[in-house]
Amino acid sequence: MGRIAALTRSPVLIALVASLAIAGCASKKTPNSAADLGLSGAGAATPGSAQDFTVNIGDRIFFDTDSSSIRADAQTTLSRQAQWLNQYGQYAIVIEGHADERGTREYNLALGARRAAATRDFLVARGVAAQRLKTISYGKERPVAVCDDISCWSQNRRAVTTLSGAGS
Amino acid sequence: MKSILKPLLMIAAMALGMTAAATLPARALVELNVNKGNVEPLPIAITDFQGGDALGAEISGIVSADLKRSGLFAPIDKSAFIEKISNPDATPRFEDWKVINAQALVTGSVSKEADGRVRAQYRLWDTFAGQQMSGEQFFANDANTRRVAHIIADAIYERLTGEKGYFDTRVVFIDESGAKNARKKRLAIMDQDGANIRYLSDGRSIVLTPRFSPNRQEITYMSYESGQPRVYLLQIETGQRELVGNFPGMTFAPRFSPDGQKVIMSLLREDGNSNIFAMDLRSRSTTRLTNSTAIDTSPSYSPDGSKVVFTSDRGGRAQIYVMGADGSGQTRISFGDGVYSTPVWSPRGDLIAFTKQTAGEFQIGVMRIDGSGERILSTGFQQEGPTWAPNGRVLMFFRDSAGGPKLVSVDLTGRNEQPIPTANFASDPAWSPLLE
Repeated sequence: MGRIAALTRSPVLIALVASLAIAGCASKKTPNSAADLGLSGAGAATPGSAQDFTVNIGDRIFFDTDSSSIRADAQTTLSRQAQWLNQYGQYAIVIEGHADERGTREYNLALGARRAAATRDFLVARGVAAQRLKTISYGKERPVAVCDDISCWSQNRRAVTTLSGAGS
Repeated sequence: MKSILKPLLMIAAMALGMTAAATLPARALVELNVNKGNVEPLPIAITDFQGGDALGAEISGIVSADLKRSGLFAPIDKSAFIEKISNPDATPRFEDWKVINAQALVTGSVSKEADGRVRAQYRLWDTFAGQQMSGEQFFANDANTRRVAHIIADAIYERLTGEKGYFDTRVVFIDESGAKNARKKRLAIMDQDGANIRYLSDGRSIVLTPRFSPNRQEITYMSYESGQPRVYLLQIETGQRELVGNFPGMTFAPRFSPDGQKVIMSLLREDGNSNIFAMDLRSRSTTRLTNSTAIDTSPSYSPDGSKVVFTSDRGGRAQIYVMGADGSGQTRISFGDGVYSTPVWSPRGDLIAFTKQTAGEFQIGVMRIDGSGERILSTGFQQEGPTWAPNGRVLMFFRDSAGGPKLVSVDLTGRNEQPIPTANFASDPAWSPLLE
């Protein structure tokens, strides 16, 4: 309880914890719980760390319904990602493609794959070495938001850039 | 068509002789026309099988539940019975059964043989014609009494409807448990009525879309166990698993060919699109069937193996297409207002079942193989993935409501929706062929 009380006095930290919690749930392979990232310490992410990428750059982009086009807001995020990934070349990268539940299972596996590929292609076009990038589709099998309406579906139609390899 | 199960089951059928005077029927025997628009369920009296104590009542209970769930029969409450059957081989007092409007009557017995096997026999009587319609006996080992009951229910169904039954079948599906954002998914198999559930995977990896081989105790499915999602084969009885093919990218949406010799599936291309391939399980050779910069998935063979129906979004949104089994003549067949996916060819060859999304809802429907005659069988907020009973009269699919998916069956006419009981959430049902 003491921890919660401390956090409530610091809205910035709460937002940080919340976004990390979402990231943790979406990318199983990347150990980025608050504790892993040393959050309880300074609060500011070490430049070049996975925490830095998730919090300061943004690890995910969102898509329109049944679309794999990179939206304008997503292009901004991905350009930041590319710049960061080019600066910190020690990471291997897995791009997870996801779909919302408003489609059938097999089609959504294909749609998630197409979103991951579109994200990969954008990063490659911005100079990230293709051999660092892998993609995987989870279709609609790994939602982060679990309600039954548009507010959740729009969060689930996403591609998440996850870091692995040396230095993660 | 050799079944691994057969030696374990030792089920043998034998016709029972007519005990009623073998006279010509004074009138046509009772018969259900299942092709009529609105079938009135046939009132039928199913008496407890004699002998075997609780076993006799258990068998008649399973037979009764099967027939009732089909929607074609209305088993009469036992408390209404007048005649108490003491000898299931003797001609019943038909008047007693006509009075309670039982058009058909089932009597039977069950006993343990000296060698430990269970012997069950039934007789089906036409009460108004006053004669026996059929009678058979079956032997099974002790562990398979439910199967004996399903086989008897199939025999009664077939005798009264003129169509093959589907009760002695199983369903493979995905058992789902846990929170929606951390679902544990396990391969599972059960009898078509939800009994005898068995797990075929441990839930450590996501598994999806299992489908039965048409002629072996084998399924094909998709699993994330190697990291990348891939199509596998699994021998149900031995648990032996095998990767299907060695492709560079994700493979998914597998189904067997009608002869069981090929698996057809989608393969992810480097550009993010998905195309359809068939792999011969003996020669390991693969054939590319589609080559489009689109999503081509959910392939399903026609029962004669000459054609394949599939989903593609090459025209913008997902629609249903048909092609030759060699990939020739790809033709769109769905033109309704909405998005179409998960096409599955019916075992009779004349219909294609599908999932359709329109106006914010998900529908399960059927259309003829040229796309005409679309009929919607069920509408819901979130439901998908039809599979056909082997007789082509019933479909099963999954519907998401109350926090997770459950299995539902529906008649080809769109009537008689029935929940399939499962302990956990359940999705991706695939019906087996009739067991041997």
